[in-house]
Amino acid sequence: MTLKNKSKNGHYGGIARNIVFIVLIVSVTPLVLVSVFILNEFQTSYKEKVGDQLELLVRKHKNNINSFLEEKLANIRFLAFNSSFAELSDESILKQKLAELHQTYDRVFVDLGVVNHQGRQVAYAGPYKFTNAQYHDTDWFKDAIEKPFFISDVFLGLRRTPHFIVTVKNETNGKTWLLKATIDFGSFNTIVENLRVGETGFAFILNKVGEFQTKPLSQILPHKNYYPSNQNHTVEESDSVIRQTENGNEEIIYASTYLKNGDWLMVLQQDSKDAFADLHKTRTIAVYIILLGSIGIISTSLILSRRLIKRIARADQEKEIAGQEKEMMSQQVIETGKLASVGELAAGIAHEINNPVAIMTEEAGWIQDLLEEEEFQKSENLQEFHRALEQIHTQGKRCKDITHKLLSFARKTDSSIKDVLLNDLLNEVAYLSSQRAKYSNILINTEFHKDLPLIRASETELQQVFLNLVNNALDAMEKTGGTIDITSKTEGNDIVIVVADNGPGIANANLARIFDPFFTTKPVGKGTGLGLSICYGIINKMGGEIDVRSVIDKGTTFTIRIPANREGEERIAQQSPDFDPDENTLH
Amino acid sequence: MTNVKVLLVDDERPFVETMVKRLKKRDLKLVTAFNGNEALNRLEEDGDIEVVILDIKMPVMDGMEALSRIKGKHPLVEVIMLTGHATVETGIEGMKKGAFDYLMKPCDADQLLDKVTEAAARKRKHEEKIVEARVKAITLRRA
Repeated sequence: MTLKNKSKNGHYGGIARNIVFIVLIVSVTPLVLVSVFILNEFQTSYKEKVGDQLELLVRKHKNNINSFLEEKLANIRFLAFNSSFAELSDESILKQKLAELHQTYDRVFVDLGVVNHQGRQVAYAGPYKFTNAQYHDTDWFKDAIEKPFFISDVFLGLRRTPHFIVTVKNETNGKTWLLKATIDFGSFNTIVENLRVGETGFAFILNKVGEFQTKPLSQILPHKNYYPSNQNHTVEESDSVIRQTENGNEEIIYASTYLKNGDWLMVLQQDSKDAFADLHKTRTIAVYIILLGSIGIISTSLILSRRLIKRIARADQEKEIAGQEKEMMSQQVIETGKLASVGELAAGIAHEINNPVAIMTEEAGWIQDLLEEEEFQKSENLQEFHRALEQIHTQGKRCKDITHKLLSFARKTDSSIKDVLLNDLLNEVAYLSSQRAKYSNILINTEFHKDLPLIRASETELQQVFLNLVNNALDAMEKTGGTIDITSKTEGNDIVIVVADNGPGIANANLARIFDPFFTTKPVGKGTGLGLSICYGIINKMGGEIDVRSVIDKGTTFTIRIPANREGEERIAQQSPDFDPDENTLH
Repeated sequence: MTNVKVLLVDDERPFVETMVKRLKKRDLKLVTAFNGNEALNRLEEDGDIEVVILDIKMPVMDGMEALSRIKGKHPLVEVIMLTGHATVETGIEGMKKGAFDYLMKPCDADQLLDKVTEAAARKRKHEEKIVEARVKAITLRRA
């Protein structure tokens, strides 16, 4: 591959890359931007939707738990305010009340107890024997005696099992007392346990110090700082749902709400993977679609750019060829112009020579006339005079021939298309070249088919073709001498003209290129490298063919095949009066 | 045919001089001119000139121009064109303008004599026809 081709390929490669780059930028960028935007919007709204769903669930269960607790508290309050201390201090009555509660609420209430202001349990109804149990020092008692009603955290207490209590404060004879009921942990736990979301979502309740108030299903514990970080919320805020994302190994979503006036925190936790499973699935599908789309766009742009580049390359090539042809044509015009000016010059010279020759001939004619007179008839040298005058006359005629041929050559500088007598044209070319041939010791032989049909062509252009071929042969044999055979014949509907020499021949490597423009083997300044390419162009334009065969040291043969003028079927045997068809050897 | 009066027009004096001598030797009467203008003057002066031998390329007034004028003023005078580079085109152009024929330089005196004789014969024939026509016209008028 030549350097030029390499740089051309690089040029086309650059264009191809630019096309692909632009197509990718223009198509993939909006695709990616729109996809990212839509995905982002979808993700935001989906997350909001998941959050809203969790919030809804948490709220619903907050209401459930609150109403459960309020209901239990209301039961106990009803009992405390509708019965006297004395009545309730009677364990049998208390048992009866517990039985009534069991009847209505099943085993939610584990036991009932009445505690006096000193913290002693004066009466107890339930499965344990806690009568006279002392609660004076317990945390719950200290809180409960201060408040009209109280719900404790879950604790183990005397019975060593998790439970919580509900107390209502009352006063009899200036002395406060508490009605206390233990709530079954299992029943309470079930309410929270029922709160399940997806595969990993579950709920639990924490107290102020972060202890579980329900039995969590999973071992996944919230972050230690989780509860305290939410401790600073006001009561109003405690009604709202708090969403938090813990960044551990796995992302977890928390939705939490306060219960029991901010004492408890109910938390609904779910793995974000689980919560956003659909979102992830959608995102994966979208990514695949974008990838496939991008691959489609890339491959399409590659294929299209390649096709486009091929077309551009082809068009460029055609343009280049057209440019070369144009160059050739303009060179041809220049050559024709040169020929025309040479023709004009020749015409001028011919005309100027004609007059003195005419005078010389006339003078010779006058002498001849005078010799007819009687006084000269007796001269010894009369015969010699006649011979000399005859010679002057012959040479005068020869001059006339030369000038007339030059003038006829000059006339043929227009490129209009007309009927051409090829034999005349070939004869003229042979004649014009004969002087040069003579000095180079080259013999030009002509052998013409006598009834050659007319052809329609530009005489100037054809003359140029044959002059080029003969001149090339003359150039090749300038030093060695040799023969040039110009032959015309017919083959079917074609006229075949052969210009053959027995010169040094053309090397095979050059043979394939001799019709290329600007290719020359002649010394610098001698040849333009256009002669044969112009010949090729002219013959090609006429619908003919030009062919070359050459053998080194044997010679070169150019064969030109021109379609005959089909319209004028008549065979023209007539030759120009300037030429004698029998006189076929010129020196 | 003898006593034909010829006007030879050419700018090449040596050619004219020699040709005059040669044609005179062949019993022609010769008058000369060296350009178109002179030729027209000679024709004005001398009404006996029957044939003009006219070179095409001349200074002052060239042969083609002179031919047109000669034929305009003296339609019966026959003109033979003489040219250094006779072509079919110039020949046809000359004939269209009324030339009798054309010859290429250098030309043979005898060849030229033949053409002059033919031209003079045609001129005289034309004149005879005109005389006949006039006689007929007069006869008819008298009748």
